[in-house]
Amino acid sequence: MYAQMVKTGVDHIQSKEEMSPEERAFQERVDADIKIEPKEWMPEAYRKTLVRQISQHAHSEIIGMQPEGNWITRAPTLERKAILLAKVQDEAGHGLYLYCAAETLGVTRDELMEQLNSGKAKYSSIFNYPTLTWADIGAIGWLVDGAAIMNQVPLQRCSYGPYSRAMIRICKEESFHQRQGYDIMMKLASGTPEQKQMAQDALNRWWWPSLMMFGPSDADSVHSAQSMRWKIKINSNDELRQKFVDQTVPQAEYLGLTVPDPDLTWNAERGHYDFGKIDWDEFYQVINGNGPCNRQRLRTRVKAYEEGRWVRDAADAYAAKKAARAKAQAA
Amino acid sequence: MAEQEALFEYLLRLGDNALILGHRLSEWCGHAPALEEDLALSNVALDLIGQTQLWLNLAGEVEGKGRDANNLAYLRDARDFRNVLLVEQPNGDFAVTMARQFYFDAWHYLLLRELMNSTDGRVAEIAAKGLKEVTYHLERSREWVVRLGDGTEESHERMQAALDDLWMFTGELFEADEVDQEMVRRGVGPDLGALREPWLGLMRATAEEATLTLPQPGWAQRGGKRGIHSEHLGYILADLQFLQRAYPNATW
Repeated sequence: MYAQMVKTGVDHIQSKEEMSPEERAFQERVDADIKIEPKEWMPEAYRKTLVRQISQHAHSEIIGMQPEGNWITRAPTLERKAILLAKVQDEAGHGLYLYCAAETLGVTRDELMEQLNSGKAKYSSIFNYPTLTWADIGAIGWLVDGAAIMNQVPLQRCSYGPYSRAMIRICKEESFHQRQGYDIMMKLASGTPEQKQMAQDALNRWWWPSLMMFGPSDADSVHSAQSMRWKIKINSNDELRQKFVDQTVPQAEYLGLTVPDPDLTWNAERGHYDFGKIDWDEFYQVINGNGPCNRQRLRTRVKAYEEGRWVRDAADAYAAKKAARAKAQAA
Repeated sequence: MAEQEALFEYLLRLGDNALILGHRLSEWCGHAPALEEDLALSNVALDLIGQTQLWLNLAGEVEGKGRDANNLAYLRDARDFRNVLLVEQPNGDFAVTMARQFYFDAWHYLLLRELMNSTDGRVAEIAAKGLKEVTYHLERSREWVVRLGDGTEESHERMQAALDDLWMFTGELFEADEVDQEMVRRGVGPDLGALREPWLGLMRATAEEATLTLPQPGWAQRGGKRGIHSEHLGYILADLQFLQRAYPNATW
């Protein structure tokens, strides 16, 4: 999931009696699955949480362009190059829809970008890992986009109209992304011994970080409970993670690859896979800036933004001149 | 020069121009001045990669040695590449990228428009498809030259410097050698020299609108079409061909 651990600013879940009439009417609309639209009244905490969640998601799309972009110039065939370029381009597009969705809540894209560049805003931990081989491009599509889809498909039904609509568009493209990732893995897994080894190595490195994408267990989190009440979060982190493992393990088996977890076993009683302990220390280190690529990712983003400033300024200046000329001509 | 050999060379030039410029543009992805430009630059790069596939597949077919677009793109060394020097020049800042693009797009547009009338139906067909895309490329790069030229003081200076720096690579676009002459004789391709005036006309009009000064005609760098490149191409190929070279005979 691209937004991890979104805080809601609440310390407990309000009962209906504690709510103001406006809050109660709002919650009733949400309960009745009526979409909330930008101009309608909404609790401030709902608005702020959504801004946080949508912008985290948007930032993840934008930062996520880097690990994959890393292989665009080295893609092994013209077809693979075109597909990868189109995929990374889609991510820029997703970022754009999501920033637009966030803008309906009263923040500007520039403000959100400044938050990202200053290190204040978070993005998904997964993009702080490096892409070392071509197989990593396959593994990202298969695992990372696969995990993102798990989270985003339910969000198509979320309570906030613009977010829900952005998610519908995004999910269509994400499922194509996942297929292209799996297709790369299939080619590698059925290729030369070196290619197969490359695929296994990528799975080894991306498996655990992919499971971490869903965030720590939030069974007892008041923030998650509140977000679920608002229907901007649909499933718990553990639920989605389990679903992801259940879906992905047979796919790995089909590829003839081994999931790097000695504790992984099918639990017939539960009807799910049991899996090993996740290293949450690593997760918190990465989230807090100590992943292998945090500094590099942020520096690259800031560089692009700063080096592009004169271009954006020029475009604004030209547009203003043009408008002034048109006005002068009309007068 | 044998007929087929000349056609093969000619198609390599068309394909390699698209391949190398597409590669350069793809380097921008994720680093552009705004998200809209990440999208737009990638679009142009994707068009050019698509055109590469068409031209180089046809080149392989004409050559008749069983090579396809991927063989030609990934398994030739720099001396066998036939793109003009302009397209392999580094991205520089956004003004340099746009100057390179505008110089190339304007020529590419004029060339493809002529190639649509080629006596070789396969060439005409690819040109017609490409022209639709390149019409948009030219519109976009022209707009950026105007916007940056007539934007802020800084953007004006950068755009002017970019036009000046790349000017010496434009002469090669219009110089015809025996391959080009053979293509003219057979009605496959146009007289490149005849494209110069319309190209210059577009340059002058755009420079004027952009409040920029078009550089004076001067010494032209040349060699790309014969495989004598700048130092930059080797590095492009080191990236582009890495996997195919490191894992020979693997399929991807």
